[in-house]
Amino acid sequence: MMFVKLVVNVRRCSCYPESFRQQRIGTQEDLRVDGRGCEDYRCAEVETDVVSNTSGSARVKLGHTDILVGVKAEMGTPKWERPDEGYLEFFVDCSANATPEFEGRGGDDLGTEIANTLYRIFNNKGSIDLTSLCISPREHCWILYVDVLLLECGGNLFDAISIAVKAALFNTSIPKVRVLEDEEGSKDIELSDDPYDCIRLNVENVPCIITLSKIGYRHVVDATLQEEACSLASLLVSVTSKGVLTCLRKVGKGSLDPESIFEMMETGKRVGKVLHASLQTILQKEENLGPKRQKVGFLG
Amino acid sequence: MAMEIRLPVARQRLPESLDRDTQKHLVVPGDTITTDTGFMRGHGTYMGDEKLIASVAGSVERVNKLICVKALKTRYNGEVGDIVVGRITEVQQKRWKVETNSRLDSVLLLSSMNLPGGELRRRSAEDELAMRDFLREGDLISAEVQAVFSDGAVSLHTRSLKYGKLGQGVLVQVSPSLVKRQKTHFHDLPCGASVILGNNGFIWIYPTPEQREEEAGGFIANLEVPLSDREVISRLRNCIVSLVAQKMMLFDTSLLYCYEASLSHQIKDILKPEIMEEIVMETRQRLLEQEG
Repeated sequence: MMFVKLVVNVRRCSCYPESFRQQRIGTQEDLRVDGRGCEDYRCAEVETDVVSNTSGSARVKLGHTDILVGVKAEMGTPKWERPDEGYLEFFVDCSANATPEFEGRGGDDLGTEIANTLYRIFNNKGSIDLTSLCISPREHCWILYVDVLLLECGGNLFDAISIAVKAALFNTSIPKVRVLEDEEGSKDIELSDDPYDCIRLNVENVPCIITLSKIGYRHVVDATLQEEACSLASLLVSVTSKGVLTCLRKVGKGSLDPESIFEMMETGKRVGKVLHASLQTILQKEENLGPKRQKVGFLG
Repeated sequence: MAMEIRLPVARQRLPESLDRDTQKHLVVPGDTITTDTGFMRGHGTYMGDEKLIASVAGSVERVNKLICVKALKTRYNGEVGDIVVGRITEVQQKRWKVETNSRLDSVLLLSSMNLPGGELRRRSAEDELAMRDFLREGDLISAEVQAVFSDGAVSLHTRSLKYGKLGQGVLVQVSPSLVKRQKTHFHDLPCGASVILGNNGFIWIYPTPEQREEEAGGFIANLEVPLSDREVISRLRNCIVSLVAQKMMLFDTSLLYCYEASLSHQIKDILKPEIMEEIVMETRQRLLEQEG
């Protein structure tokens, strides 16, 4: 068990010159300030299909962190090096609503960092089947524009964003198209008349990011803002539902021992499997409620 | 290890029967308070179109002919005699700047601070150079408001043995309007922890010190806190957060009732929405019973 606690200590803060610094002393008990254990997440709320003019959307609330993701499917030309695949484009907007530091261009750096991380975790063959997004090789394919909007910042952004992206991709429905070929050889794309005739994406292997923050001698999952301020180094582990790691990234100015990196990876895989299982259950449950379910949206 | 994901549920309005007999007149910015021109305008109101209109969101208070609107969520407005908990942000020449969730940083003058050992003498140049040894940036202190400057900035003092630097504990930041004004803001709760309910919305929960020996104005920092104390403190912290989420006033009795109501649940479960509502409902019931 580990207790991470706020300590205002007489002599030990001398090495940190910043004003609002709090140092936590971790002992061997497993009790954080809000009573959670080191591997417990805060209570999360997920709702899909909240934005009507997107192909798929999701909103995730993890404690005080609020993320909205919208996916729009548009037709375009495939990339040169991958002619028979569609692709995903990520854009992260850190809104000034989240925290005053994001005013003006303050949130751009964080936005690019998150977007680059999302590109990296999806940058492998297994995560999402891009060949299903191809309409006709070298000519037409579906491009999924994934837009992430940070509504409120309450710690643990990467986790919440990856959960929201997975939920939004699950909710995405791409219209079915047929390519008709004329006698002259010119191709015409026909959209089906039925608006509910669409293909859904298989998000079984879409990874989720688990952030492990090192505080004292132990690491914690799902750090709040205060815990993040006390943690000098964190490890972002991107895990699929089967426990396969797709990406590993270290953030923070502190250093991490190779032993602790191994431990954190193991914790990340363990927690990741539980996270995927819970997410899948809730998405399935929401799907089963059907189109008549009560949508809470933003005014609930 | 647990991960609970759920579908959102629309919040329900509280049943009217639970409100007190005197209904509060709640307004939002732009609401008309009254069209009667005989009243004097107080804070939070302005005159427009022959009507008195509210400029902040809160409850209307009327004292004889004066109408003002007391905002629900606001910065702390200092008043002489208030107890505050603040964080040192800067160490300046003869003063410390303290952050107390108000519009301007509060000021703690070197002459308003107790020297260790309780000596009374004029502060010298050596004291000025040694300021950082007493309090440095990032330290938390409890102090009392001595005076309010004309621009609204607050001047603090720690001229009593019960004020001074705070040791180990947990800080919870809430809106200042939720802290009830009482005779004393330092409470030793029977559950095993002590709490300082700062008027500025900063609430400090710490383990009850065992013996009250000769206190040097709060410069001792106890390092080891046993697990049982930590659990009590975590539980109290979660209770405060749930009371604040349901917009209940914070004072020692409400805190104690909430703590007792939460004992049947695990500490980390208190923050779940349905358990939070249940606990606060029980607290409300007990407070109503106690009043009437």
